[in-house]
Amino acid sequence: MIQEHLLVLQVVLPLVASPIVLLLRRRQVITGFTLLVSWATFALSLMILARVMDEGTLSYAMGDWRPPLGIEYRVDLLNAFVLVLVSGIGAFVAWFSPRSVDLEIRHRAYGYFYAMFLLCLAGSLGIAITGDMFNVFVFLEISALSSYVLISMGKDRRALPAAYRYLIMGTIGATFFLIGVGLIYQMTGTLNMADAAVRLDDVKGTRTILAAFGFITVGMALKIALFPLHLWLPNAYGYAPSVVSAFIAATSTKVSVYVLIRFFLTVFGYDFAFGEQNLMWVLLPLALIGIVTASLVAVFQNDIKRMLAYSSVAQIGYMVLGISLASVTGLTGGIVHLFNHGLMKGALFLAMGAIFFRVGSVHIDDLKGIGKRMPITTATFVVGGLGLIGVPMTVGFISKWYLVLAALESGLYWVAGLILLSSLIAVAYVWRVVEVAYFEDPPEGREEVSEAPLAMLIPMVSLALLTIVFGVTTDYTAGVAKAAAQMLLGIGS
Amino acid sequence: MDFAALVEQYPALTEIVGRYNYWIVIVLMMTGFYIVIARDNMVKKLIGLNIFQTSVFLLYISMGKIRGGTPPIEAAGYEIYSNPIPSVLILTAIVVGVATTSVGLALVVRIHDEYGTVESDEVDLQDNEP
Repeated sequence: MIQEHLLVLQVVLPLVASPIVLLLRRRQVITGFTLLVSWATFALSLMILARVMDEGTLSYAMGDWRPPLGIEYRVDLLNAFVLVLVSGIGAFVAWFSPRSVDLEIRHRAYGYFYAMFLLCLAGSLGIAITGDMFNVFVFLEISALSSYVLISMGKDRRALPAAYRYLIMGTIGATFFLIGVGLIYQMTGTLNMADAAVRLDDVKGTRTILAAFGFITVGMALKIALFPLHLWLPNAYGYAPSVVSAFIAATSTKVSVYVLIRFFLTVFGYDFAFGEQNLMWVLLPLALIGIVTASLVAVFQNDIKRMLAYSSVAQIGYMVLGISLASVTGLTGGIVHLFNHGLMKGALFLAMGAIFFRVGSVHIDDLKGIGKRMPITTATFVVGGLGLIGVPMTVGFISKWYLVLAALESGLYWVAGLILLSSLIAVAYVWRVVEVAYFEDPPEGREEVSEAPLAMLIPMVSLALLTIVFGVTTDYTAGVAKAAAQMLLGIGS
Repeated sequence: MDFAALVEQYPALTEIVGRYNYWIVIVLMMTGFYIVIARDNMVKKLIGLNIFQTSVFLLYISMGKIRGGTPPIEAAGYEIYSNPIPSVLILTAIVVGVATTSVGLALVVRIHDEYGTVESDEVDLQDNEP
């Protein structure tokens, strides 16, 4: 029963759990239930990945309506990998959340918060799992609408305009995507991605398909916050409640990157996207400008959550850079960075959540001497930070290794140089925090703070450890990513 | 003079009049988009966003229409019917649009509570003052 309906359960479980949370009253029951659901979702995604690795692509016909007419859930290595990332981050964040949410969210809104959290999880998983283009739009909006609400729950009043701006930009992005899907439907008469990929062959030269391609690219570029469409991101991540920053930073842009990869390489196909349309020279410059400028801006941020948000914009640049090179190595780098960055940013934002829990601020001046008071939390931050820089033995190194390798393969030496240069900028912004945290004395008259509670430390440290584990053994990250890249580019392993 | 004769005289008319639905869509879309970009009032921005989304609804619905087609009901004597799928898709998209608008308006109400204004430039000004 579970095996048969595995794919649909992945989305239905958090989707159904979301309204149930609203019916629960006691806070312990709400968090316990959310924790249970999110870990069950994680387990399901691991089962899906195991089956995909065994049997190849899985397909599920929604309501027994056979595709391409009915909605199809279709999972290959690429989205199985994304599902594991999203549900895994969801599970760890849910584990971390109770104490932090208790502090940052008004108690009356407790149930609503967790309902939105599960809805956002369901939406993100839905985007990744579905094989139907219109379905992608619906899930995109489910996850986006719930994340607007989650962001607006931040204690700082600036969270409200940030959520509003995200709403405007996100809706424009999603509507652009909708226009693109409509134009594809007009030319092919199908909404199923695999089916559209076949039927598009006959009509690829038409201007309608060109317009569709443009609308989808720009729409999703807004959603992934590709430079220069990233303006909504820093405030949204910076002023959201801590656990929301961690969850959204690690998942929502990642699934949108997945949608881009899916449309470029499965629906439109390599020859059209990267051959005729020369997408590489559209994405590559934007990715590089994004990497360098966002890293530079990050150096000058005094609010560490905003610093991490700008660093996210830069890291998204790396993923897009990998995609734009469109070689097996480049795509492997892009996909594996999608996963690795999720882990790193999850750990970093959770560490900030723990610091906010004890200190009540994540401003750099308030972090003075924090390394002595909260050694484990600060160590977690340092491990995540080392990952951002790309130090060997961390996941960041693996991603950058593949990206630099891909740039060299394509003969773009200056791109490889810029990747290394931007790593140096990352050293600068991570070092600022390290310096303040370890080498400065706590300000006079500040209350003594102690280490974060164990319930926060365990999920946070686990994520940080994972960034080291996957920095050493790469079979399950880079290995899977490489197989996915080969499948997408149609090159046998 | 009937339309066919006019078209013969001015072939460009097919582009302009024959595809009038697209022109309406484009004008609406750009109007909405302009309002979103140019207005500072957050409620007006949301209205612009609504117009923008509505234009996409029209794009979908008009593409499903077939000239002389009936609604897709099976009955003797009716052979040609319009494609119902775009209309169904748009029903979903309308729901999404309503949800977006309501979340947006709720945010504007909260912003008004906190800042005492719904002008985005004034909100920015208040935030940038230390």
